[in-house]
Amino acid sequence: MTQDHLNFIFIGISFAIYIGIAVKSRAASTKEYYTAGGGVSSFANGMATAADWMSAATFISMAGTVAISGYDASRFLMGWTGGFVLLTILMVPYLRKFGKATVPDFIGDRYYSKLARGVAVVCAIFICMTYIMGQMRGVGVVFSQLFGIGVPAGVLIGASIVFFYAGLGGMKGITYTQVAQYCVMAFAYTIPAIFIAIAMTGHVIPQLGLIGDFTASGEPVVPFLQKLNNINTELGFAEYTSGKLSTMNMFCITAALMCGTAGLPHVIVRFFTVKNVAAVRKSACWTLLFIAVIYLTAPAIGAFARVNLVEKLHNTPYSEVPGWFQEFELTGQMAWVDKNGDGKIQYFGPAKSELGSASVFQGAKPSYPGYDAPENQRIGRHGERLLANKADDSNPNELWFGNDIMVMANPHMAGLPMWVIALLMAGCIAAALSTAAGLLLVLSTSISHDLMKKIIKPDLTDEEEVNYARFASFAALIVAAYFGINPPSAFIAKTVAFAFGLAASSFFPTLLIGIFSKRMNREGAIAGMLSGISFTIGYIVYFQFLGGHADQYFLGITPEGIGFVGMLINFGVSFLVSAFTPAPPQEVQDMVENIHIPSGAGDASEH
Amino acid sequence: MVSFIGRVLLLVLIAPPSDMENNHPRAHRRACLRIVIALLSIWFFVSFGCAILFRDWLDANAPQVGSAPFGFWMAQQGAIICFVLLLIVYAFLMNRLDAKHGYTEAK
Repeated sequence: MTQDHLNFIFIGISFAIYIGIAVKSRAASTKEYYTAGGGVSSFANGMATAADWMSAATFISMAGTVAISGYDASRFLMGWTGGFVLLTILMVPYLRKFGKATVPDFIGDRYYSKLARGVAVVCAIFICMTYIMGQMRGVGVVFSQLFGIGVPAGVLIGASIVFFYAGLGGMKGITYTQVAQYCVMAFAYTIPAIFIAIAMTGHVIPQLGLIGDFTASGEPVVPFLQKLNNINTELGFAEYTSGKLSTMNMFCITAALMCGTAGLPHVIVRFFTVKNVAAVRKSACWTLLFIAVIYLTAPAIGAFARVNLVEKLHNTPYSEVPGWFQEFELTGQMAWVDKNGDGKIQYFGPAKSELGSASVFQGAKPSYPGYDAPENQRIGRHGERLLANKADDSNPNELWFGNDIMVMANPHMAGLPMWVIALLMAGCIAAALSTAAGLLLVLSTSISHDLMKKIIKPDLTDEEEVNYARFASFAALIVAAYFGINPPSAFIAKTVAFAFGLAASSFFPTLLIGIFSKRMNREGAIAGMLSGISFTIGYIVYFQFLGGHADQYFLGITPEGIGFVGMLINFGVSFLVSAFTPAPPQEVQDMVENIHIPSGAGDASEH
Repeated sequence: MVSFIGRVLLLVLIAPPSDMENNHPRAHRRACLRIVIALLSIWFFVSFGCAILFRDWLDANAPQVGSAPFGFWMAQQGAIICFVLLLIVYAFLMNRLDAKHGYTEAK
């Protein structure tokens, strides 16, 4: 049995499970479509939220990012988990008590204005859309590597599966599939880590291995992290345990990611599915615990993979490299350019060249000669795959690889059995599908409920509303699939991070003030949301697309972290504007009082 | 650090609820805010404090965790563990507060 067969079997079985669950628990009413009927247990909701939360980007590339940037990657680890503390303590118990099905619903009612609701719908669509594009791309890439079918076909397969169970099944359908997907992801992530931890450090628990000793070689044992620091400095990289980012930038990016997490609509709506406020709190504990299982493993995987990669490849003659190297060359995820012509792979960091660069070739991504090119342009002297890019001779580094490689290649590098690799593939797809489904639901309900029912056609019946939701999810998926197939250049990978900045600068402050201040009125909220999100979008667009230079950064903050500043602007503008405009009506002030009383939350989707 | 967290928690737990008899919702809200502020200070301290602002000092001066420098370990592992504990403490304290004010709902 070959690897491909095993992959097919594992993914086929997991798909059969997802679709079986979706068919069995498909939604019949708006209530089930939006909030699964409101009776999901806190344990199941915790698992489903964890799956919803962890996207393909988290699952596939986070450990790779840790491996490459060491301490600096902690911003993602802390940002995406710390945001959950904010979400649980400041947001969801109150929003759940308020008892409406969507986030724009709360903003529309709290700020007694259709305009506020409209702005919130636009923000929600924009955030979810940027996020879902990346997921569709992720599904497409995994499928294309698996079955050699090309990314467009992979995207289309992924999109139809997501539509099948999210579009048709609604919240009820995706809740229970996400539970199954979390299980697949957790096993797929931790099992390889355990195997590798045993091999490299003698610890069964990867987290202990990370702070333990490196025991794989016969030499005198050294602490694992010291070994990693030595490797990094020897090869000309920054020390693994110290970072390159400035404290200011690190602070802002972490804060933007945290506040963004607390403002992401697809995570917030998951908490509308449980019974009451006490269940929300319990469910949030479960969620973070399940997320922590993966997030605590990621730094260990990253560190192990880094050591493995260097030990297996650095200074190894190409003729002796393990077989997986050629496989990843074929899929374009690894590349070797023999700059000094010695037939060995050399891997060096920026400190080894005068210019401080370590780029292997010119250009951002490897490109290859077409299949009709003569053989001597496609295959090199040692049998390696040749690039169409020109070599960058300013530095000695010869090895290029994408961030995704660390998780995908990890089991290969450690020589793990084939079924572990097949499980990992199934895990990648589960991660992308579960997040895409959650996002799709928010998109479709924002359009059907907040736009159609509450703004355009208030006399919509229950049944028509669900049909609008299904139609909206179909339309959204087509747009997402289109951008998944034709990504606007490097846009996608970066916008996933930007989605957090946008959420941090729009929803987070507006929701927070709406919950905790009785005095905040609609003028303040609308002005705040608009100024926050337009400042953030403007800054990102200026530096990403209009050629802004790094010297012009505001206080040295990169576009990744600017959402934090956008958030402060939102807060400032909101309070300033509301101080000069009339206070909200009495019934809104009573409502704010009321959401702080935890009992009597009732059913979530009583409109 | 442990003693700091302990002191904050103690403050929250034993602080007497004021004028609870005559103004139910307001007393509940005030106690709830106290819990939120205390937990968020710990949240800020373990993540932004230990792992970012004071990291260099902690790396150099605090005891290592296993073989990892303290600030680095907090950034990659410790902060996340603290987050989980914070949520468990939050659920416990809030449920107790609700019970005290008679807001607990039948399961």
